[in-house]
Amino acid sequence: MPEMVRGVGASVPRPDGRAKTRGEFEFASDLTAPGMIYGRTLRSPHPHALVRRVDVRRALALPGVSAVLTASDLPGQAVYGLAKVRDQPVLVGVREKVMYEGEPVAIVAAESPERARQALGLIEVDYEPLTPLTDPVEALIQGDGYRELVIRRGDPGAQAPVVVKGYYEVGQQDQAPLGPEAGLAIPSHGGREIDLYVATQGLHVDLDQVAECLGMERERIRIHLAGVGGAFGAREDISMQIHACLLALATMRPVKMWYGREESFFGHVHRHPARMWYEHGADESGRLLLVRATIVLDGGAYGSSTRSVVANAACFGAGPYRVPNVDIWCGASKTNHQPNGAMRGFGAVQSCFAHEAQMDRLAARLKIDPVEIRRRNVLAAGDELITGQRVTGSAPVDKMVTRCMEIPLPPALDRAAPAALPGGGGYLADAGRVRRGVGYALGYKNVAFSGGTDDFSTARVTLGLSGGKPLARVKSAASEMGQGLVTVIGQIVRTELGVDEVELMPADTLVGDAGSSSASRQTWMTGGAVQGAAQKVKSELLRRAGPPAVELGEGCVLDAEGIPLAPLEVLLETPIEYEHEFHHRPTQALNENGQGDAHVSFMFVAQRAVVDVDLDSGVAKVVQLATVQDVGRAINPLQVLGQIEGSVAQGVGLALMEEMRVSGGHVLNPSFTDYLLPTVLDMPEMISELIEEPEPLAPYGVKGVGEPALISSPAAIAAALRDATGLDLPRIPVSPAELAGIAHLAPDPRVVAGQRPLERVVPARVLTPVGEESGDGVERGRILERG
Amino acid sequence: MRVALNVNGEPREGDLWGGESLLYLLREGFGLWGTKNACEQGECGSCAVLVDGVLKCSCLVLAASCEDCQVTTIEGLGDDPVAGAVQEAMVSAGGVQCGFCTPGFVVVMTELLKRHPGADDEEVKQALAGNLCRCTGYARIVEALKRAQVQIA
Amino acid sequence: MLARTPDTTVVAGGTDLMVAMNFGRIRPERLMSLRRVAEMRTIEVGSDTYVGAGATFTQMLGTIEDPAMVLAAKTVGSPPIRNAGTLGGNLATCSPAGDALPPLAALDASVVIASAAGERQVKVSAFMLGPKQPDLRPGELIVGVRWRRAGLAQAFLKAGTRNAMVIAVASLALVLDKERRRVGVALGSVGPTVIRAMAAELFAQSWLEDRDWRPGTPTQAALDRFASLAAESARPIDDVRGSALYRRHVVALMARRALERTCASL
Repeated sequence: MPEMVRGVGASVPRPDGRAKTRGEFEFASDLTAPGMIYGRTLRSPHPHALVRRVDVRRALALPGVSAVLTASDLPGQAVYGLAKVRDQPVLVGVREKVMYEGEPVAIVAAESPERARQALGLIEVDYEPLTPLTDPVEALIQGDGYRELVIRRGDPGAQAPVVVKGYYEVGQQDQAPLGPEAGLAIPSHGGREIDLYVATQGLHVDLDQVAECLGMERERIRIHLAGVGGAFGAREDISMQIHACLLALATMRPVKMWYGREESFFGHVHRHPARMWYEHGADESGRLLLVRATIVLDGGAYGSSTRSVVANAACFGAGPYRVPNVDIWCGASKTNHQPNGAMRGFGAVQSCFAHEAQMDRLAARLKIDPVEIRRRNVLAAGDELITGQRVTGSAPVDKMVTRCMEIPLPPALDRAAPAALPGGGGYLADAGRVRRGVGYALGYKNVAFSGGTDDFSTARVTLGLSGGKPLARVKSAASEMGQGLVTVIGQIVRTELGVDEVELMPADTLVGDAGSSSASRQTWMTGGAVQGAAQKVKSELLRRAGPPAVELGEGCVLDAEGIPLAPLEVLLETPIEYEHEFHHRPTQALNENGQGDAHVSFMFVAQRAVVDVDLDSGVAKVVQLATVQDVGRAINPLQVLGQIEGSVAQGVGLALMEEMRVSGGHVLNPSFTDYLLPTVLDMPEMISELIEEPEPLAPYGVKGVGEPALISSPAAIAAALRDATGLDLPRIPVSPAELAGIAHLAPDPRVVAGQRPLERVVPARVLTPVGEESGDGVERGRILERG
Repeated sequence: MRVALNVNGEPREGDLWGGESLLYLLREGFGLWGTKNACEQGECGSCAVLVDGVLKCSCLVLAASCEDCQVTTIEGLGDDPVAGAVQEAMVSAGGVQCGFCTPGFVVVMTELLKRHPGADDEEVKQALAGNLCRCTGYARIVEALKRAQVQIA
Repeated sequence: MLARTPDTTVVAGGTDLMVAMNFGRIRPERLMSLRRVAEMRTIEVGSDTYVGAGATFTQMLGTIEDPAMVLAAKTVGSPPIRNAGTLGGNLATCSPAGDALPPLAALDASVVIASAAGERQVKVSAFMLGPKQPDLRPGELIVGVRWRRAGLAQAFLKAGTRNAMVIAVASLALVLDKERRRVGVALGSVGPTVIRAMAAELFAQSWLEDRDWRPGTPTQAALDRFASLAAESARPIDDVRGSALYRRHVVALMARRALERTCASL
């Protein structure tokens, strides 16, 4: 293969970077079209209510208002969703029930956003408020759930000489991408066709649902990727796509819709908050004998991708360790909260917080060093997971732990520099009362989709001439959200074809499905599709060249000795175009005991956190976060580091400050004033090391890189906080009140309840077969009494 | 109502309702889409512009109060060598991922380097503390600023 | 002009008003911008400090020397917010979380208010009648704030969940005015308005009097007493930013640390 300066393995700067720094890159919220009008959504202020009446006449009468639509105006299917069986209403109609605060009831289109806002105020809705179901455990007891999954291996009733138990909670994190929801729908051909430009994670996933809900054939709808301002899982579900298209078709005008930050909090799914009861058993030398866990996720009002999050939380529920006896149960409840769904880490974040805390508990009980106890249990290539799957790819976990420990610790706190103290410019901390803590955590999860899903990606590569020089064009529907797929695609084509000039065509549904940008899958899957298509182009080039051409060099064909024979220009009188559909190897569904060869591959991560805590005020600062990540092969090391560092920032957020606060079904903090994201002053020194042990069967040996550093960083930070304070800290985000050691004076009743024996909180556990979805797709949990 | 101001060196007139923000006027009014709207509350810095040379969150500036003001947006930094150094460094250091926060950062970083080119690490972070980024974790943005400082010196 | 149309909403930096406007929560009939009223931006530093209601926090940071005020101004929002936000705005919004308000109260500052009828001055503590309820009558405009210089033995501490751009969970300003033998202690975010912790002030005054205001570290007993008196003055609530329990705890802590640090620098 040609050695290309800007090919695979190089830290090539991203091709859209310059435009982004100049404000020239067009995001979905920057789109315009001639004759454009503006759409807005009327949302329920009640978390649960019966809609008795909707009267839009006054809104329609307002000058400048072009359309007001309700559930009675829907031309196609009335529900959408990510599960095979759609469950989420496009708009809640009369005699139907609102299931979460912010659920859409009506949409308007008007001449200006201000006019649209005024129109919303003129829509009359009579709600009959109902009592919202807000406790996920209570919901399960009542039988309202999406899925339960059991992982059972070995002897679930096994005994162990040493047993530690714990109750843990993870709060509801929001993806908070800076670019809020936005898109532009343009009708054409008298309303028989429509183009939608939208910031999304999956063009074809959107297309399926938009076509169903418009009642239009897929061929008449084209969805185009507009500039995406981050996603992290928030854009896997439909937000304004169907609404904008409905308004565009109703008015025959281009309709732009975007959500402000407050609306954005109500307009997308969030991370599932989790309540977890864990039991770890080991022998006297710290070798794990059993893990039992009950994990309850709050699924919120609709299904979204909850079923898969449940599977992930369970599958990775014991961590990257060998465990002979396992009994893990994970269930998700249906409540009157916003639907929860995909967020970076996807279930593994929640269980990692619990299983790593458990490992530290074991270490303390046995008086074994916390790193050593992990070492004694870590998975290696060839080991069996708790789902029975053998790790056939790379699993350099022990090496990663060693490398993580070897990263130099930061210098001691500079007590003379107030800005270095926790709390920064608030000058609250007292250097004499600041204690440093160190903590470790390991994590892992799957790459790509699992459980028998035939996950694939499509790409088309066209090699031709431009200005007499070879130019490769790539067409793919894969969503670039900032992660740098656009860079990687160019690097792959350069390496495969020896052509430096690569152009990425706009992503839209006029090419085959690339699958969503999720599960850290795109480099592997779309990379594989691009590689495959490029290799087909290469075969044709060599065929055209004829013997003795056997290989490609930089801009030319080579013979077996590597001698250039001819420049590519002479072979490209006509362009060469090939498409490739890349599939990963088949996987299986999990059986009724959660056993099966369900995952394509795994990404491992080892992290160490160093924190400083002012023991009296409880203000904390993460001083250093060291990450060692198993990446298979870094196609673009600079971008991989960027993924790790961005994940760490979100981990700092979840550990210390990010939580959607909800009471009685109402969101209390839907703004950046009170949903706090880490600023530059909250960030630790980040040291990251990449372990490249190629993954068999993956293009170039890659794994995914986007998620792991978020999976274990909250756990590592919590471990460091426990080391500094000696406190239990069963919940993230951790508050200053907890770190100051005074939280026990006004205990959180739910945490107290969680610490009672599990049986009193969740009286029975449901045993539901996993695998194919049943009937209506929304499984009702059948609570069975324990025999 | 009408307001007449100078944007990026050019006189412009806007038609707006009284409570409109400068951010809205720049984007929807004048088609200068480079300045971004991520929170409308002054909590993220994506809307940063210069008003009469002073760094402001344009979402919090009443457009109607900008009569005769000189406003500079990301588009107006154009060929400024300091801005150019910042922009180049942001790309080479890996400080750009999705790019939504990037114009705001470039405006803030450029203003800092023009006013105080010798800013130390602490001063740099204090200056950037009002800009949120959700993708990068900030380290490469800070690195970009340092590279730009070296380049300019 | 305000006298003629008293239902006019006044705006300077816009850092509070524009948020409500952008979110569609307010639609004032009339808005008046103070941007061009130059005299509202004057800052004078002499034996008194006078800050015009239209002077921004950045302008203040370049000029004034009162440590409690400087420290508070540095923690307001972020640099672009400090370039727009004003003391006048903090006072008119009259939120107990306004960063500049505890130092103003601890400095025993006076608000200067003008109207067609003339000028009046009100002590900051008396000006803050309730949450979002300043003592401002229709047709009146805050033109500035004035306080006597009070030396350098001052402190401002702020508790928050993040290291920047954070609304205080609780804050405390302490002023030890050696020249006038006066102690000011003011608490932010722990009541419906900024609270002057008067029992704590009197205790500290008398303790300092007993030692003729000599610099030195207070005894643990004195710090304990001061801290608990300050905490007792607080009337915190539970809200999304913090619990009443934590707020009271951290007020006591801030009081103790502030006194310890400032007594050393008398």
